[in-house]
Amino acid sequence: MRKGLIALWNIILKDMRAYYLKPPNISWGLIFPIAWTGMFFIKSGTGFETIPTLLPGVIAISVLFGTTSMLAVTVTFEKKNHSFERLLLAPITLNTLMLAKTSGAIFFGSINAIVPVILAMLLTDISTISWLIVLPAIFLIAVASTFLGLFIAVSVSEVFEAQTFSNFFRFPMIFLCGLFFPIDALPVFLRPLSYMLPLTYGVDILRGAVTGTNTMHLGLDFFAIIFFCTALFYISLRNINRKWIN
Amino acid sequence: MKHQIQISNNDEPLIEVVNLTKRFDNLTAVDNISFTLNNGEIFGFLGPNGAGKTTTIRMLIGLSRPDSGTIKVAGKDCTGNPKAAQHLIGVVPDESNLYPELTGFDNLCFCGALYGMSKTERIERANKLLKTFGLTEAANRKFGGYSKGMKRKLTIAAGIIHRPQILFLDEPTTGIDVASARQVRQLISSLNNSGTTIFLTTHYIEDAERLCHRISFIVKGKIAKTDSVKNLLQPLLGRYVMLVSASGNIMDISRQLSSSFSDYTFNITSPEHMRVEANHQINLVHIVKFLQEHGIDVTEAKKSIPSMEDVFVSITGIEANILKKEADKKRKSE
Repeated sequence: MRKGLIALWNIILKDMRAYYLKPPNISWGLIFPIAWTGMFFIKSGTGFETIPTLLPGVIAISVLFGTTSMLAVTVTFEKKNHSFERLLLAPITLNTLMLAKTSGAIFFGSINAIVPVILAMLLTDISTISWLIVLPAIFLIAVASTFLGLFIAVSVSEVFEAQTFSNFFRFPMIFLCGLFFPIDALPVFLRPLSYMLPLTYGVDILRGAVTGTNTMHLGLDFFAIIFFCTALFYISLRNINRKWIN
Repeated sequence: MKHQIQISNNDEPLIEVVNLTKRFDNLTAVDNISFTLNNGEIFGFLGPNGAGKTTTIRMLIGLSRPDSGTIKVAGKDCTGNPKAAQHLIGVVPDESNLYPELTGFDNLCFCGALYGMSKTERIERANKLLKTFGLTEAANRKFGGYSKGMKRKLTIAAGIIHRPQILFLDEPTTGIDVASARQVRQLISSLNNSGTTIFLTTHYIEDAERLCHRISFIVKGKIAKTDSVKNLLQPLLGRYVMLVSASGNIMDISRQLSSSFSDYTFNITSPEHMRVEANHQINLVHIVKFLQEHGIDVTEAKKSIPSMEDVFVSITGIEANILKKEADKKRKSE
């Protein structure tokens, strides 16, 4: 157990040093949420008081973009240069290994969410936000997005494929999760797709916590996103077992 | 360089492979092979590209699942549970797979951490290994900037940081310069002297002959022969060998050659090359004359000292220089 924890912690530390805390990533983590906030704000054409209504969307997108591609790219990169095999050879369970690999991305994604929150704090009053709901929601969106990144990483073999495949999931997700258009305003045949996306539930939780305009019961939202996290993790583990230890 | 096999306290083999088979679609990469690896020995696994060496190693270390057969490591059945013995093994792959963005020292410490070593223990061990492998001065340089020889040495150090009982070395001297290859061979011997059991695959037959206690030849997924180096070489002791190159097609007169020189063995490896073996001195003049009478000129003839290469040729039917060519090709592609 102790040895497993030492391995887990050091994999997280190594990934932080080697990938996540590199200057380009830190600057991306800062610029990206600022750009999204600015874009939403200019588009709305209103005053600072509307920032809380933009906040759930910006948080969700920052986390989604900060996690999916990073994990997909780093795992694919390590798989490509065979250093991932070194990890597979370590006497730790596959669950421990993948938890370690995903923890860095979850942490990085969660930190990305803090940037728009700090911006909002500086520009307007957000004292009414229910942080006890926002923080677990940010964490769960980061977990779901990271596990989606893991799912992508297992499905591709080249780094550029990881990027392309990430976008294949991310862009439809942004448009279908209720960020830009309410789900009820989408064509009937697209609505079931919206409810098959983890981000839909994450965004709904954030809306509920920030503006009180959630469309589903928060309990259902939490249940759904936890379900997606678990399913994506175990599907990825099964795929790793099938494809990488063959 | 070779030394006595260390006496094991346990008669049970360290690795026991029984009827191991692995298929990829219609291709049987490893076909019902069985062998054992004894405690304290260097076991060579030789064969050309595509013979099944890497697939076998991947199954032994837990990166691939066998379709049938069993693998026991230190008495533990690892066939269905490869994790059961991964703490006992170290792996040095043919291509260095450490992290280019980490320093040599950090790479070693990280590899130690993967095996649950405490911080103090892995720092101490990493420093010791860097010193042993002559890499202390490069310890704080990024691995990505190392030369091929340095990379190979650090990869070996990473493979033994947790003091494994068994070390898998895949092509340890391929792709590095002569001096580094020599150092690596010395390190392998020294590791074995200190008690590490080694499973070695190589394209260089002379490396296997110099280093290994036992050798297994694998061809097309099947083991052609496994025996000690001494026993493998035994039939060649006292044999005289000559390699002859000619300008015509020797194959056309192979029957006449055999009938005219019944005390010689002719192994015609290509239309223009043959290998002559005998239990006494070979009279080249007679052979040259005979070939000339059949319109074939001898362009080159040289004596050859019987070696493991000859054993390889006689057992596998494959020209030994094919392995060298494969190794050279690999070196150039790196």
